Amino acid sequence: MYSYDQYDTRLVNERVAQFRNQVTRRLDGRLSEEEFRPLRLLNGLYLQLHAYMLRVAIPYGTLSATQMRMLAQIARRYDRGYGHFTTRQNIQYNWPKLEDAPDILADLASVEMHAIQTSGNTIRNTTSDPYAGVAAEEIEDPRIYCEIIRQWSTLHPEFTFLPRKFKIAVTACDNDRAAVKVHDIGIAIRRNAAGETGFEIMVGGGLGRTPMIAKTIREFLPKEQLLSYLEAILRVYNLNGRRDNKYKARIKILVHDLGADEFRRQVEAEWENLRDKGPDLSPAEVSRIEAFFALPDYDPPGDNQQDYIEQLRENAAFAEWVRASVVEHKQNGYAIVNISLKPEGGVPGDVTAIQMDAVAAMADEFSLSEIRVTHQQNLVLPHVRQGDLYALWEQLKAQGLATANIGLISDIIACPGLDYCSLATARSIPVAQRIATRFSDLKRQHDLGELQLKISGCINACGHHHVGHIGILGVDRKGEEFYQITLGGRADENAAIGKIIGRAFSTDEVVDAVETIVDVYVAQRQGKERFIDTYERVGQAPFKEALYGTA
Amino acid sequence: MALLKDGKIIEDRWTHLDDDSAAPEGKPVTVSLARWRNDSENLKASGAPLGIRLTGADDVEDIADALENLQLVAIAFPAFTDGRGYSMARILRERYGYAGEIRATGNVLCDQASLMTRCGFDAFDLAPHVSVDDWFEVLSLVDVQYQPAADRRPTAAQLRHASCLQ
Repeated sequence: MYSYDQYDTRLVNERVAQFRNQVTRRLDGRLSEEEFRPLRLLNGLYLQLHAYMLRVAIPYGTLSATQMRMLAQIARRYDRGYGHFTTRQNIQYNWPKLEDAPDILADLASVEMHAIQTSGNTIRNTTSDPYAGVAAEEIEDPRIYCEIIRQWSTLHPEFTFLPRKFKIAVTACDNDRAAVKVHDIGIAIRRNAAGETGFEIMVGGGLGRTPMIAKTIREFLPKEQLLSYLEAILRVYNLNGRRDNKYKARIKILVHDLGADEFRRQVEAEWENLRDKGPDLSPAEVSRIEAFFALPDYDPPGDNQQDYIEQLRENAAFAEWVRASVVEHKQNGYAIVNISLKPEGGVPGDVTAIQMDAVAAMADEFSLSEIRVTHQQNLVLPHVRQGDLYALWEQLKAQGLATANIGLISDIIACPGLDYCSLATARSIPVAQRIATRFSDLKRQHDLGELQLKISGCINACGHHHVGHIGILGVDRKGEEFYQITLGGRADENAAIGKIIGRAFSTDEVVDAVETIVDVYVAQRQGKERFIDTYERVGQAPFKEALYGTA
Repeated sequence: MALLKDGKIIEDRWTHLDDDSAAPEGKPVTVSLARWRNDSENLKASGAPLGIRLTGADDVEDIADALENLQLVAIAFPAFTDGRGYSMARILRERYGYAGEIRATGNVLCDQASLMTRCGFDAFDLAPHVSVDDWFEVLSLVDVQYQPAADRRPTAAQLRHASCLQ
């Protein structure tokens, strides 16, 4: 993975000094809260319902064991002993004190981490495929370009005060695990007919109150021109995005209002001015960064391969966990292992400091000290020998981290909701917990197969409900929480926005409603069809009828 | 309410004319884009130094042809969170090669010092409550830069590979 040189190190240290200076000026009154607010947000510091919240960047979801240990230490020293992994592959702490924030940033800087641009109307942490570098079908490691974008976007002088926040995601597989089509800019690494790799550039996707799927404005961008093209898109947006209404300020509204063709024309016109003198991507710098992401020296498949096959045969619980959690690795004899942060009754994405330290130790022992965070709010150990899977599983079990539900109905994405968030209109976490409890029978979950259920506690859609196979949106009706259900959303390469099925359900009704939907799927499915396939084949009608009766 | 140029406090020698007042004889004046459109021939004929005041809603391309007559372009920041002026300054410097003064006006706070400098501003009309000491202290805090901008200072990538070659 990427490792800082003197310039990266100096920059994060300078940034700590800058933030310390800002906090001092806030505390002695030289900065008003109004002036301080955008500055603290540029370092990921929010003021929530009960306390400050600090969001730490985990660039493209890649973490070392050392960094994970620091995250644990911060949770213990400055927070309440836990952290929360987010849908942008970051981690949030819910209870830090303002006065401690500069020290937390200094601790992060000591392990090559920061909280730069994890909030604010600027370019946010670039996200990617959690299996980057090890996915069998990948064209090349997208993290090389994520790191290039990270550096280019960090403290960008022109784009620190955009009309609204700006999110970029990069994928290098046909099978999109980075949800690129629901980002402000989605980048897919493609190979053209001549065998060269370049980028498909998609613009204007997003969720929130006006969900939209991104439009492709360039089918194939030569790699060395990535940054000037991004700069052209950002400049058109910075100058022309709406600033009069924050709900219409995202780039998706500009792309929609202008139309994708006119938006493309403006970007290409700006790019003509920039492409020769814009930020260059020198081959030397690309190779320098590429070298950090070279494949590690994998061991040849070992003697314990046979043990693994026997363990699978003899231990049904182990086999069930493998079936849910383990993904094919590009290297023969190795596995990609997902770690579920969705235990029954738990808070999706929450991890204690003890668990973080344990995962760090497991990464050292089994995964070349590398960990990934997924936008599904789970963790990944990307380089595990198949022969080590059983030993890893036993260690995970001891930490309550071996729930065999990855990709299944209880692997729920939920925003913090009304339990923490000042924007929320309803609770999300308790609904997630009740659904997970209702479907706690793992055999039943495995029978239902892949099913993505996502819950947001308000229209801002941080829980990505629009792209859940089953989406749940909490709304407030005269002080009472109701839940609106959408079906058919998906965030993959065939991204789609779910459709509202009908009137909302009360807190008491919503779990039954989910069960009714699942029962309709089971009754209607053909062969090995997944929920989403059945829904796309049969449409809303049978679900509607089961939920609301015939009109 | 200090005016800084090239790192020093200076007096404002410019008269900032509204759209109706007569231009004082021979004195440097700035006008709005609207007045420039209506009155540019008279203004140019006066022989006095000229400047234009832009807001974020104005299009920099509209003054491209006027730049050779201008010694000052003032760009207003109605709120410090309005980031349009950064793009406008870079376009002036990098696309049009404008070498005259680019002055930031309005809600100019010290935490924008570095961003504005890097985008090509060289004069700053500080908001009334901003202390000059704070401005310079804050400006000095961050030195490393990852991306090229109008100030043409070397980027981290350029420094990395320059040092490889030595």
